[in-house]
Amino acid sequence: MAALLEVKELKAFYGQTQSLYDIGFDIPLGGITTLLGANGAGKTTTLRAICNMIRTEGTVRFDGKEIGGMATEEIVRLSIAHVPEGRGTFTSLTVDENLRVAAYTRKDKPAVRADLERILGYFPILKERLQQQAGTLSGGEQQMLAIARALMLKPRLMLLDEPSFGLAPLIVQEIFRIMRRINIEEKVSMLLVEQNAALALDLASHAYVLETGKIVMSGPSSVVKSDENIRKSYLGY
Amino acid sequence: MEQFLQQLASGLANGAIYAALALALVMIYVSTDHINFAQGEMAMFSTYISWQLMSWGADYWVAFIAAVAFSFVMGVTIERVILRPLHNAPVLSIIVVFIGLLAIFNSVAGAIWSYLIKSFPSPFPKSDFGIAGVIGAHQLGVVTVTLVVLGLLFVFFRFTPLGLAMRAAAQNPQMARLVGVRVDWMLALGWGLAASVGAVAGIMVAHIVYLDPNMMGGILLYAFASALVGGISNPGGAVAGGFIVGVLENMVAYAGNQIEKATGVYIIGNGEKLTVALIIVIVVLTVKPAGLFGRVVVKRV
Repeated sequence: MAALLEVKELKAFYGQTQSLYDIGFDIPLGGITTLLGANGAGKTTTLRAICNMIRTEGTVRFDGKEIGGMATEEIVRLSIAHVPEGRGTFTSLTVDENLRVAAYTRKDKPAVRADLERILGYFPILKERLQQQAGTLSGGEQQMLAIARALMLKPRLMLLDEPSFGLAPLIVQEIFRIMRRINIEEKVSMLLVEQNAALALDLASHAYVLETGKIVMSGPSSVVKSDENIRKSYLGY
Repeated sequence: MEQFLQQLASGLANGAIYAALALALVMIYVSTDHINFAQGEMAMFSTYISWQLMSWGADYWVAFIAAVAFSFVMGVTIERVILRPLHNAPVLSIIVVFIGLLAIFNSVAGAIWSYLIKSFPSPFPKSDFGIAGVIGAHQLGVVTVTLVVLGLLFVFFRFTPLGLAMRAAAQNPQMARLVGVRVDWMLALGWGLAASVGAVAGIMVAHIVYLDPNMMGGILLYAFASALVGGISNPGGAVAGGFIVGVLENMVAYAGNQIEKATGVYIIGNGEKLTVALIIVIVVLTVKPAGLFGRVVVKRV
């Protein structure tokens, strides 16, 4: 399968501090790939580096096109949606406005309305909350809003930064179920960053493991799952 | 009674001008967390542009629209050229730049048009405009024009995709980038709009305070007071604050005059208007630090 996103020898820096060391991985078209690792391993940094939100060196190719030096907003316009750490809710806007602002860059305005209806079909609770100030939503609802908003960009690739963060297990399961549906029904490829390795390995077909800014292991999820070190360090049994 | 109504009307007219300039301040504040001290001088410069066009023979409204358009370009240019390189600069550097801009606009206007006070026309015909004895033609015109401009801005921010993108960029720039909004351009656009609104205020007030390079100094203070009273991060509040400050300062002076007339004791009058305005600010901020209409944004974690 052709790679939708190719990352080679990616380095990233916060000020003088280097936090990624020559990372490389491929995201296959149509699949879900997960990036695992402990706190501070560089998972969030990797997603930020892809969108050029921090200083980076190396190669990032999307659909064969080099996107390394491009501005974040231009990368997003190529149909890469980033669901950031902390959900990035526009707290003072309404839920409806949060969703519509993501369609701002789209040229196919007539399709936006139908897309909004379809996307709300995945998240019925948001439909009830459309006119509510987004900052008043619960954590789970804000996470759903973040994913719905990302979908409004009509993305081909979605970068998800710990969608399970701070949420009750039942909500997490629901969100992961919806993500699987979105992957299949909307044909959105995904790169999922997670601390909850068990859940992520169930959802993803391929996994990479990060440790202090380096990739230490990669392979199909089933293989990674049965690796003894991974089992002990990340799955806890 | 008639005098009371006159004072009220003139308070509303002044208030409309404070409201417009306060809104310009707030528009820049919400997206950058900075108060543009040069906002008043930029408005004064725009007013001179309209005066120049009129003295070359342009119609009042042609000059008005041209000056507003000029201000928009000026605002965008200042942001792109002067402030863009300072996006990550410390607050103090930016304040120094604002003060520098203030001094530059003031002295450039003085150099081009001299510091002599000029009269400035009003476009509103006296005969069939206004309500005789209560509100003058120009006062009514000022309130109307300001309300129309504020209404247009409201519609723009509330109902257009670009307005929505600008609000998103102001509220959460990083996330706005992640939905493809060109945040830097939104900032520049905000500066352009703020300069345009300021220009409207300047052109409207010039007939009342006359045209000179220092005409906006006091008005900027009032506008700042209005913005703080209404809530510095709330555009609607800033507009309401403008009208409140405008009316209140006149009412206090009016009450002072009445007391003097009745008892012969001078307590307060026109001379203390600015003091009154600033006392209002201090009282409001002490009692309600977010301003009268500034709401603390609800945030659940």
